[in-house]
Amino acid sequence: MSRFISKNGWTLGLLGLFLLLLAATRVIQPDFGASGLESLTRATLPFAFATAAMAVVVIAGGIDLSVASMMAVAGVTAAVLMEGTSGGASVAVVVFVLVLGLVMGAINGALIVVTRVPDIVVTLAMLFVWEGVALLILNAPGGAASPWLRGLIVGSLGVYWLPKSFVLLVVCLAIIWVPLRRSKLGLSIYAIGSDELAAYRSGIAIGRTRIAAYAICGLFAAMGGLALTMSTGNGEPIPGPYLMASVAAVVLGGVVLGGGRGALLGPIIAVFILRLVRMDLTLLSIDPNVTTIVEGSIMVVVVMLGAVLASRGRRA
Amino acid sequence: MTGQDAHPPLLDAKGVAKRFGAVIALSDASLRISKGEIVALMGANGAGKSTFVKILTGALKRDSGQVLLRGTNHKIGSPAEARRAGLVPVYQEPSLIPDLDVADNLRLGNTPVEPFRHWVNQLGIKDLRLDDMIGHLPLATLRILDLARSLAMKPDVLLLDEMTAALPTNLVENVLRVVREQANEGQSVVYISHRFSEIAEICDRASVLRDGATVGDLAISDGVEEKIVQLMLGAALGAGPTRDAAAATRPSGTPRLAVQGLGLGTKLADVSLKLYPGEVLGVVALEGQGQDELFEILAGMRRADKGTVAVNGTPMRFRHPADAIAAGMTFVPGNRADGLLMQRSVHENIALPLLARPRKWGPIRMRDEAAKVAIAIETLQIDTRAKGEVQRLSGGNQQKVTIGRWIAKGVETLLLFDPTRGIDVRTKRQIYLLVRELAAQGAAVLYYTSELAEVPAACDRTVVIFGGKVVDIIEAADADEPTLMRAAYGLPRQEAGAA
Repeated sequence: MSRFISKNGWTLGLLGLFLLLLAATRVIQPDFGASGLESLTRATLPFAFATAAMAVVVIAGGIDLSVASMMAVAGVTAAVLMEGTSGGASVAVVVFVLVLGLVMGAINGALIVVTRVPDIVVTLAMLFVWEGVALLILNAPGGAASPWLRGLIVGSLGVYWLPKSFVLLVVCLAIIWVPLRRSKLGLSIYAIGSDELAAYRSGIAIGRTRIAAYAICGLFAAMGGLALTMSTGNGEPIPGPYLMASVAAVVLGGVVLGGGRGALLGPIIAVFILRLVRMDLTLLSIDPNVTTIVEGSIMVVVVMLGAVLASRGRRA
Repeated sequence: MTGQDAHPPLLDAKGVAKRFGAVIALSDASLRISKGEIVALMGANGAGKSTFVKILTGALKRDSGQVLLRGTNHKIGSPAEARRAGLVPVYQEPSLIPDLDVADNLRLGNTPVEPFRHWVNQLGIKDLRLDDMIGHLPLATLRILDLARSLAMKPDVLLLDEMTAALPTNLVENVLRVVREQANEGQSVVYISHRFSEIAEICDRASVLRDGATVGDLAISDGVEEKIVQLMLGAALGAGPTRDAAAATRPSGTPRLAVQGLGLGTKLADVSLKLYPGEVLGVVALEGQGQDELFEILAGMRRADKGTVAVNGTPMRFRHPADAIAAGMTFVPGNRADGLLMQRSVHENIALPLLARPRKWGPIRMRDEAAKVAIAIETLQIDTRAKGEVQRLSGGNQQKVTIGRWIAKGVETLLLFDPTRGIDVRTKRQIYLLVRELAAQGAAVLYYTSELAEVPAACDRTVVIFGGKVVDIIEAADADEPTLMRAAYGLPRQEAGAA
């Protein structure tokens, strides 16, 4: 039991922090309830997928600055293709967009592996490329989302306090992450992030693993783009503020920039914490400019406290 | 035990060659091993052992030559392919993933768990849990786990590179016992080690590399150590300028640097030495005998567990390289890239120690600086055609800059760690002359070199370190290569005339 706690200490700590913040929200806004929770998770959904996308490549020892742009490409593609179609056709569109995400991510990864240009440079370049692609597909917000898709994320499921969007998030992440985490590919992703030389010597195909990590990142980004189109009902070609938000959540979620350590659960809880903090500060009618200062400070303080506690624990 | 007549050998490498740019690392290396044999692969530092091992295990590609496995020529392009072909190495640095636990590491390499557990127990690691994180385990345990993992794969040929280097004695015994037992049951092993006693205990044959070529293949028997030493040295004895032994500086007065009983973890057990002004004191050691740690302690980069360091008779405790520098210690690291600002100019690199004093915040006196730098460049005969960026200089010229910067500043105690590694003969001689000149000006120089032939050319006295201890101090008159080599391998000195 104590081993479980020490291995998952960071995640449990974040969960505690999130529950505390929920309680605080209740104090600030006594009528915060099921509908508040529902709109919070729905607004967080694209952020959560962006965070999952970023987490995978950071665990693999890389970074992907083009996450938000890939989301925009996926979002506008879905909106354009769905306009005027219905039912079965839109299911095909969803599948197509997810494959498109995989392909975009694989292109990012392949460019890094083949050209040997540093990941941060390649994905910075691809940020502009995918942004241009999104604007070529749709040069102003438009298109449409099938109503049944919107129905997937609006409202609650059965019991009134379980938001549909939360269920969707959990299902999407679990379908991909749980099998991946225990598979050889998943372990290889951790391995190349942890110690590339040792991984190479253990017989891991470094290049292929890296491309796979970026492809999975692209897949999550496509889910994020779809989620965005689903909740707004149209396609938005200009990338939203998802890049920096996802890096922030990944770091706060216990994934070490540099690779090898962390998982998906921590960053997902962290992204909820960051959104909830923002909501609380808005409810307290605090200047939005102060809000960003508070968010930044939380990150530094939490990561610093975490490092201090971890080094204490190791010495004990 | 050596049934090489009836069957083709399991592994047969012939005429393997490899060059890196202009440097020929291997010219004609060969190795033959049959089922159930343990063959020691030996060679002095820089003979090409590690390059050969990397080629055999797929981490490097050979330029020419053939590697036959069970009679067929295999293209081994990566460690993964080598594993599939039945060649499993245990490298000096553990190849386990630090951020995964033991079980995940096993899964990653498709290692069967039960055999792994069996070998871990056999090798004497008791309380291992499969959910232990690799990054939290001590180095000795990791090496044992690496070996157990390789044994569990049931490889045709097991390649052990300095397997016992970081292990405490009881684990060494277990490793030797298990490896010998496995060989008796038909396991073939390539055993790389500097320790003659281990080789005599478990190996059947020894294959000796010198300057990139295999020069001998001997059965292990009594007195074979001497033959191996001869082979490693070769005929080219006494090449290069030798200093007149009579001119060697006699130690006198207070030592500039006195080291007493220095110890650090498992690396340094007991190192004592005295270094006098005007003297060049050589340090000779095989790889990983504690010389790295000794120099890092003296340079203030690490703190010793025990022992004392005194400068000019005053006991010192260095907490930071700045303390060591303030006490007049000047460290020139073995890796040139660690000591130079590669993207900056020759001028800036030489001037850096002049102005790297926190108390001097004012503007730099350019004219003064330029004069000192010009003197250094001229003394060193640095080829300054590419002076804009140090990284564009040749290795030899870079090395001259790392040493030359201290001439401009003036130096009391110079710690040189393998300053001539990978540079040409002419530049090497210039560096010996430079070191002698610094000594003549009153500097005390501690000079570690991996090339024994340099010792007679540059040093007055030589301390030999083996297994973290000073095992011998050799005067210039006696410091010929065979004597140094024997001492470095921990063998007793020969009586005069016995050779």
